[in-house]
Amino acid sequence: MARFLLRRLLVALLVAATVMTVSFLLTRLSGDLAISIAGPNATQQDVELVRRAYGLDRPLWLQYLDWVARALQGDLGESYFFKDRVANLIAERLPITMSLGLVGLCIALAVALPLGILAAVRENTWVDRAVMLVALIGQAMPSFWLGLILMIVLGLRLGWLPISGTGSWQHYVMPGIVLAFSAIPSLMRLTRAGMIDALASDYIRTARAKGLSRLSILVKHALRNAAIPVVSIAAVQLGFMLGGSIVIETVFALHGVGFLAWESISKNDFPVVQAVVLVLALIYVGLTLLADLLNAALDPRLRAA
Amino acid sequence: MSALLEVAGLHVRFGEVAAVRGASLTVARGETHCLVGESGCGKSVTALAVMGLLARGARREAERLAFAGEDLRGLSDRAMSRLRGDRMAMIFQEPMTSLNPSYTVGSQMTEVLRRHRPGTTRARALDRAVELLGRVGITAPAMRLGQYPHQLSGGLRQRVMIAMALMCEPELLIADEPTTALDVTVQAQILRLLAGLQRDLGLAILLITHDLGIVARVAHRVSVMYAGEVVESAPTAALFAAPRHPYTRGLLACVPVPGKVRRDQPLGSIPGVVPRIPPGFAGCAFRDRCAHARPECAAAVPRRAAGPEHEFRCTLAPDWATRAEAALA
Repeated sequence: MARFLLRRLLVALLVAATVMTVSFLLTRLSGDLAISIAGPNATQQDVELVRRAYGLDRPLWLQYLDWVARALQGDLGESYFFKDRVANLIAERLPITMSLGLVGLCIALAVALPLGILAAVRENTWVDRAVMLVALIGQAMPSFWLGLILMIVLGLRLGWLPISGTGSWQHYVMPGIVLAFSAIPSLMRLTRAGMIDALASDYIRTARAKGLSRLSILVKHALRNAAIPVVSIAAVQLGFMLGGSIVIETVFALHGVGFLAWESISKNDFPVVQAVVLVLALIYVGLTLLADLLNAALDPRLRAA
Repeated sequence: MSALLEVAGLHVRFGEVAAVRGASLTVARGETHCLVGESGCGKSVTALAVMGLLARGARREAERLAFAGEDLRGLSDRAMSRLRGDRMAMIFQEPMTSLNPSYTVGSQMTEVLRRHRPGTTRARALDRAVELLGRVGITAPAMRLGQYPHQLSGGLRQRVMIAMALMCEPELLIADEPTTALDVTVQAQILRLLAGLQRDLGLAILLITHDLGIVARVAHRVSVMYAGEVVESAPTAALFAAPRHPYTRGLLACVPVPGKVRRDQPLGSIPGVVPRIPPGFAGCAFRDRCAHARPECAAAVPRRAAGPEHEFRCTLAPDWATRAEAALA
């Protein structure tokens, strides 16, 4: 178990290091930063001044090491546009994005797990086909479009939910549904496939031969084994939701990390962009690690590996 | 005393394939009844039909299907599940995959007892599990409770399956080729274990196998199954001494006898494979592979008696075998 943990942690650290390098290089690849910071009306002297002031005249590796050293101490630089520490900006908005992601994941699991199990138990009947059709429609629906439709129906026509902002928990419901919709199809298919496999297995036949109740057979014996791939994908989906919330946060005017990214990209605020990419990527790495740990908890065979 | 398990005229159909066609057998209390035949002749399906464990889409019909006098045909799923694991238990051919990989041996063993004996405390159930693990010859039984199936060998897993099947002191144990997947030395141990349990606990065992060596050693009674029918059924000694059905004879001829078979002599075999029988098929299903087939074999073959408790389904005269041998000599 300790070896498994150590190995997973090592892999996570390696990925994190790679992510740091890539997110640094990406901003440098997008043209001369000094020119974009100085603005469209700047003279050649201004640009040179900016270049020196921000240390952009130094060799790339030195800039990189400097940035890494600061980032490791939690100093992600200063925003040119917001005139604030980038770390503060992100800390302020991260809770909003995280809440949104968690609400989305909870809705997705609440829909995908029961429907996936139902489809598996009723494999190849009309129930199964209806559930899979819903999954297909969900997969084909663009999230910004679904967001707008929900706003019109639930927000404007029925007036059940607020259509934008972050004032209360109700504000998270609609964007949560939209985010969940993109994750439901894959989670549902995976649950269904896993359950079909599990239900056809020898140990389920044993469980039936033992005269266990239907609930115990389905949930304790089948779902426990079918859940292993679902957990991995759920963690990855949460990562997608957090990263993909840029569109949703913009549509619903939720001032989270995604909204911040959108603003700073349009303002050429590269320290913020760089930091957002880094933070989201690190969360992703963290989630993958968490999924590995959950899997180890679910599957005793993994703990020995 | 009436028989523990009575099956008569059992039919199981999967769509257009008739897997079991009117099979009949009885298992008395405390006896070991062996069901033998080639792969695909319906032995496992018969066992699963008795347990009510057939896959969805299978159709089961029977003239009689009774356990301890209770008719199983009309029982609901729920009532059947009350019986399974409690009074009738089953172990399978695949010990490697028959235990749930996600739960410990202890958890899987105790849940049967606690399901069928509500109110049993965890501690008591664990005590019972330790006792049975010891009984089936597992060393350090208390330690095994915390182990997962992947930490055990195939032989150990089959022992765990047996111990688990015994948790509620069943009257009938159905063992579906329990030793096929194990290596030879372990096979012998498991068989000796089953025979011992049978003797000590007064357990009735329906043992499914294709190994006649096993049958000779443990069975009180043998039923030979071919293409979904029981073609011959007799006490073990009678069957080995005077097999009446050509198929039984063929199976026995396939068993090499040390000292009797010469080194360069080809081993016995029955040409062909078990056919798939469509519904509505009439006559003897073995006639295409039988060296003694006659026109009458295409008509319905009645069940005939060859002695006390010895029945067979064949049109040949009782002394056909001796006459065939005489003709060869």
